[in-house]
Amino acid sequence: MIFFDNISKIYNHASVALRNITLRIEPKEFVSVVGSSGSGKTTLLKLLIREEDPTEGSIFLDGMEVSAVAHRDLHHVRRRIGTVFQDYKLLPTKTAAENVAFAMEAAGRGDAEIEEDVPQVLELVGLYDKMDNFPHELSGGVKQRVAIARALVNRPEVILADEPTGNLDPVNTWEIIKLLQKINGLGTTVMLATHDKEVINAIDKRVIVLDKGEVISDKERGKYLV
Amino acid sequence: MTGTTIQRMIAAGLLAFKRNAWLSTATVMVFGLTLFVLGNLVFVGAIANTALHSLESKIDISVYFNQDASEAQILAVRRDLDALPDIRETVYISREDALARFRDQHKDDALIASALTELGDNPLQASIMIRAHDPMRYGAISEALAKKNYLGVSKINYSENQAVINRLASIASTVRGSGAVLALFLAFIAGLVAFNTIRLAIYTMREEIGIMRLVGATAWFIRGPFLISGFLYGIVAAVAVTAVFFPLAWLISPKITLLVPDFNLFAYFLTNLLQFFTIMSVTGVVLGVGSSYLAMRRYLAI
Repeated sequence: MIFFDNISKIYNHASVALRNITLRIEPKEFVSVVGSSGSGKTTLLKLLIREEDPTEGSIFLDGMEVSAVAHRDLHHVRRRIGTVFQDYKLLPTKTAAENVAFAMEAAGRGDAEIEEDVPQVLELVGLYDKMDNFPHELSGGVKQRVAIARALVNRPEVILADEPTGNLDPVNTWEIIKLLQKINGLGTTVMLATHDKEVINAIDKRVIVLDKGEVISDKERGKYLV
Repeated sequence: MTGTTIQRMIAAGLLAFKRNAWLSTATVMVFGLTLFVLGNLVFVGAIANTALHSLESKIDISVYFNQDASEAQILAVRRDLDALPDIRETVYISREDALARFRDQHKDDALIASALTELGDNPLQASIMIRAHDPMRYGAISEALAKKNYLGVSKINYSENQAVINRLASIASTVRGSGAVLALFLAFIAGLVAFNTIRLAIYTMREEIGIMRLVGATAWFIRGPFLISGFLYGIVAAVAVTAVFFPLAWLISPKITLLVPDFNLFAYFLTNLLQFFTIMSVTGVVLGVGSSYLAMRRYLAI
């Protein structure tokens, strides 16, 4: 369970990114966080992986107070959360398989485990036949699937996807959304930040709407009508 | 930390070193220059020590006695001196022995021979030559002898060699001091270059670093490659400088032996090779790893 307890994030004592946010996200939930640019979606996700520290309030991940974890222990938090970004963040000098393996290497996994898990996760995202391709040889949608495979490979409890379809055409957008739904169906909590109304409406799951750093709507199942 | 993790860190360190090949080479060269100056300091120190010891072994004190001092008086003084803990040995040179030595030393000089014949009597004084365990104690021994005011003692000759030794020691100390200042200055420059090289490597690897952070790499897994790079700067420079000293010591050795006959530079280098390499590599590695650590603290957010 993820719990944002009265979180505020204010930059330079003046610019309010988030104000008094209290949210509870249950395990295996699929949550879409929506809002226009600057509404605080990305900041909310960054706080959960401690890319940013909250100005006020606390964040909990299954009882662990994420906002209180010492910097030297942050890897414990980040290994429990997989992240996917709009710009994929793949290493251009590594193949798809190597990009995925890199996440396992960085998390200290053994070679045998890497050899076993990387093909499996690439198969899960439908890229078994692309494992030896470099990012520049792949389309945007395929790159994003590699990024999802990398986020998944360390078996996180939560996947954070920040505008994962922002650079994709409609066909690839739906492929990625279906993949995230499939991952959610396998038991992983998914937090999706997007401003794409069509995507949100089609998912038909919990929607949290942010505006100017505040939650203005939180519906268990619904459409993005704002 | 497992062996596999360490292996991966080393591989990433080698990659960082290779990616900035020109900059890494320049850094190694500046490190090499610093270690070269340090190596020269080691040799200058050894040469100066040998020269000083050589001179110190020649120093002594001679106590001269009046011509009317009896042998019993002289031997009593010698017994007294032999009991002193600072004194290694005493040699009694009677008036007759002194004359015989003098004649022997000037046997080819007819003028001195005729002067001695004309004098008739032995003009030389009996003496006791004193050698100390520690050459630095001669000053104190000389003062102690003067204070005892022995009967029949004419003069105490504290060897003039001491002035030469003091001057040589002063020159050696100045050379060591200036060399140390130069080495420190170069070490500072080398540290600065390594610092900037690592800074650039951090910039080059920023994508990997960002991804490593996101997927939960430990701080040491992220820092490791940069520490390995710093280690490589030091160790490669140490190996290169040690290799350069082989032909250099061999070439210069005969010239040094002309100046300081008791010193063979090449033999000294070979005998102390392990110690020399240890000094070079420890200095290089401390400098490289230290600079990397400082650059990481400044520029690498975990």
